[in-house]
Amino acid sequence: MTARQQRMLIVVLVLAGVGVATAFGLRAFQENLLYYYTPTQVQAGEPPLNRKFRVGGLVVPGTVGNEPGKLEKTFDLTDNGAMVTVHFAGILPDLFREGQGIIAHGKLNDEGVFYAEEVLAKHDENYMPPEVAESLKQIHGEEPSQ
Amino acid sequence: MWRSLIPIAVFAVLVWFFNRGLGMDPRIIPSPLIGKPAPEFSLPVLGDRSRQVAMADYRGQVVMVNVWGSWCSGCRAEHQTLLAIAATGEVPIIGLNWKDEDPAAEKWLRDLGNPYEVNLVDVEGRTAINFGVYGAPETFLIDKQGDIIHKFTGPLYWQAWTEELLPLVRQAKEAT
Amino acid sequence: MIPELGQFALIVALILSVVQGVVPLVGAQTGNRAWVRLAWPAVSGQAVFVFLSFACLVWSFLQNDFSVAYVANNSNSALPTLYRVSATWGAHEGSMLLWVVMLAFWGVAVAARSKHLPEMFAARVIAVLGLISFGFMLFTLMTSNPFDRLIPAAFDGRDLNPLLQDPALAIHPPMLYMGYVGFAVAFSFAIAAMLEGKMDAAWSRWARPWTTIAWVFLTLGIALGSWWAYYELGWGGWWFWDPVENASFMPWLAGTALIHSLAVTEKRGLFKSWTLLLAISAFSLSLLGTFLVRSGVLVSVHAFATDPERGRFILAFLVTVIGGALGLYAWRAPLLKSNEGFGKVSKETFLLANNVLLIIALLVVLLGTLFPLFMDAMGGGKYSVGPQYFAAVFVIPTIPLVLLMGFGMHSIWRRDNFARIARRLRVPMGAAIVLGVALPWMLYGQPSVMTAIGFTAGLWVIGTALFDPVRGLLDKSRKVRVTRGTWGMIVAHLGIGIFILGVTATESYSIHRDQALRIGESIEVSGYKVTFESLKPATGPNFTATEASFVITRNGEHVVSLNPQKRTYRVQRNPMTEAGIDGSLARDLYVALGEPLGGEAWSMRFQYKPLVRLIWLGCIFMALGGLIAITDKRYRVVVKKENKASGREALAGGTS
Repeated sequence: MTARQQRMLIVVLVLAGVGVATAFGLRAFQENLLYYYTPTQVQAGEPPLNRKFRVGGLVVPGTVGNEPGKLEKTFDLTDNGAMVTVHFAGILPDLFREGQGIIAHGKLNDEGVFYAEEVLAKHDENYMPPEVAESLKQIHGEEPSQ
Repeated sequence: MWRSLIPIAVFAVLVWFFNRGLGMDPRIIPSPLIGKPAPEFSLPVLGDRSRQVAMADYRGQVVMVNVWGSWCSGCRAEHQTLLAIAATGEVPIIGLNWKDEDPAAEKWLRDLGNPYEVNLVDVEGRTAINFGVYGAPETFLIDKQGDIIHKFTGPLYWQAWTEELLPLVRQAKEAT
Repeated sequence: MIPELGQFALIVALILSVVQGVVPLVGAQTGNRAWVRLAWPAVSGQAVFVFLSFACLVWSFLQNDFSVAYVANNSNSALPTLYRVSATWGAHEGSMLLWVVMLAFWGVAVAARSKHLPEMFAARVIAVLGLISFGFMLFTLMTSNPFDRLIPAAFDGRDLNPLLQDPALAIHPPMLYMGYVGFAVAFSFAIAAMLEGKMDAAWSRWARPWTTIAWVFLTLGIALGSWWAYYELGWGGWWFWDPVENASFMPWLAGTALIHSLAVTEKRGLFKSWTLLLAISAFSLSLLGTFLVRSGVLVSVHAFATDPERGRFILAFLVTVIGGALGLYAWRAPLLKSNEGFGKVSKETFLLANNVLLIIALLVVLLGTLFPLFMDAMGGGKYSVGPQYFAAVFVIPTIPLVLLMGFGMHSIWRRDNFARIARRLRVPMGAAIVLGVALPWMLYGQPSVMTAIGFTAGLWVIGTALFDPVRGLLDKSRKVRVTRGTWGMIVAHLGIGIFILGVTATESYSIHRDQALRIGESIEVSGYKVTFESLKPATGPNFTATEASFVITRNGEHVVSLNPQKRTYRVQRNPMTEAGIDGSLARDLYVALGEPLGGEAWSMRFQYKPLVRLIWLGCIFMALGGLIAITDKRYRVVVKKENKASGREALAGGTS
């Protein structure tokens, strides 16, 4: 192979590599782009099944429960238009409580029941301009990935 | 030569996005209650628990409902604005005291001034939930039919009052 | 009285910063020596008043002066003294003042160590720092005054957020800001060079030690934040690709590229454009990051009301600083010429690839961080970008980067040949590939492809970093004279290898289990048996808690007893998890208490995390490497030479 052919080969390989990497990157991006839906939208059937998305609302008092001794919790979220029942099999974040605003990441399964993989609670109930980085650390409960 | 202008051009585009982002409504949760009837409530009055006031009492009037607490620094930040709004007499402000303790709330009003026509205690927190309150302060405008026509999230500042809320108040007052 | 004094001092400092910023620049432009010389007393005066102002704020915290709104919002009489001090920078207003303090500190440092620099140039550097200080102080005084009074005074404070009551997090902001502000020094050098129109390589030589120190602090600051998140937040994670974290990581990526680019510009007069743009970018990203977090521009779970005044001020400041710098660059670009070339394979090419790949990594993070904002601004709805995107895509440029790092370290300037390097490094290459698969397999279990790649990469970097020192040890005749600068490189790159091993092991082989347990019950995970022994109440200085006792055994032998707590802080009343951790370099065992589930059971989380401490150990080595590099004698020798040179030129009446 001549030097020129060698260079061409390297260029082609590099471009191919970059192309594959870009395609991979874009796919990862797309898969992890979480769209936000309200409970009203969820009830109206807007979010796709079996695809991860975010839903946010207030925890309806009296709906937080679990089977005694069992880990999985259920609770209802509302935006005062509709309610969504959320199932979560992990430990809820410290700030989670009734009446609190929270956001859940998860999917609707085939039956349309929402299983959360992550639950995030608002830092505090005070609306103020965002504070220093440290106090904004996300305080979230994650379902452990086995 | 033109290549050297690329960085500043890219930066200009970024700035444009930031500027738009700044001007946008930062609320994560848009309120679905706009246009719907305000949730019914009947709550005791701060300082006079035997007296009860209901949403229905204000049917036929345009009112502003302000959710606050003495623990809330944002409420403190907007307090001057509320006092000024009360002074204009344009619209009565009903206070919804949320997740608070009566003595602290009363002291707060004594020390800082009371812009509220009446202050109600959200004893169980249910009313705030019904209003979709995520945090304090939040301010709602309710028209004569008892429907929520606007929700303002965060500390109210004067410009928001004159540009956003006041026109809606005036419009609602003119409607039958 | 004291708060008013603090505010007054800040105003005086503001005025002095105008003098510091404007007068020397005008003087340098017009050749007015007296005005140029004013930079030094101005920066010293400004610093004195800034420190005084800060001292007043700290004093207010120590004295529990709850008539100051900021103190009332962030402190409490029951707060331990150490945290009363750190509460000073625990929220927005105080942290802005900390920025100003850091700017003053670095300004004085540069002024003190500027004797070997040409006077006009040094004055320009100090002046630019003064202008930046001016912007920050103006912002603080106008929108974020920590000295605002609370009338009437609060009886007691709202307490410092319990999450911040921690030694690591107390020191995390000062470290970060030392880094961010340190990059302002490199930025100022770049601006001064562009203003002078002298685009030779001298400015890069002068800027190098300053940039490296800033980078060291930033590395430590980020590592501290990650360490804190790991043991404090209760969930075993060490990095979440949170917008706020990304905001500190992006300047670090730019700063790393900058350190390497400065080396090339200094030694070979090449990459001048790269180095200038990187110097501008590193500080710009620091500014961007600091403000993204505060302006509500970034949509995050925590960003609610935007204070429009603050947001627009910040944007105007960014436009002035960054826009000005980039405009200067566009103007001076024609002057950036290099006469040198370099071969297809050479140290220069490797470092060029280094720059490119680091920038790509930075863009990956930037895209993920800013995309939600873009979509929202375009009316596309509310999106968030999940951490899996970052984790997956970040490795795309970093794997080739790490691979090339090994070769690049051993290549020579100008012209080299790949076969030579490869031949030289065949032992580390072979060892990394073999051990990269065998080691994890033996220790933990069959590795996936990514795991093997990760271990191979980590071992490759360690092997190539230690190659020369180890060879010198084994065979005295092959000992090579290694300068401090090279030792710095060896140690820092060693740190990267260690870091990669830690991340790969933890992400590949960690085990998490959430479980409902009653007292007396246990779970078995990876050979460890974790038994829930007991539950009892506990108290601390400003909290009450429920404390659990867990006993961990392995093969019947007692390993450790851990006592995680669920705390309720008296004032803020939010529950907080305090995990029980048994840590060693080999692995961490991690137990956190959840909540009562009824039926006498509690939820708990157990984690086994192999080699997780290597993550922070790697960061420490990186920082250490940077420190070693700064102490290189080269810099002192150069000082003497520079003094002679500039002395001669000054006598001859020219500018140097």
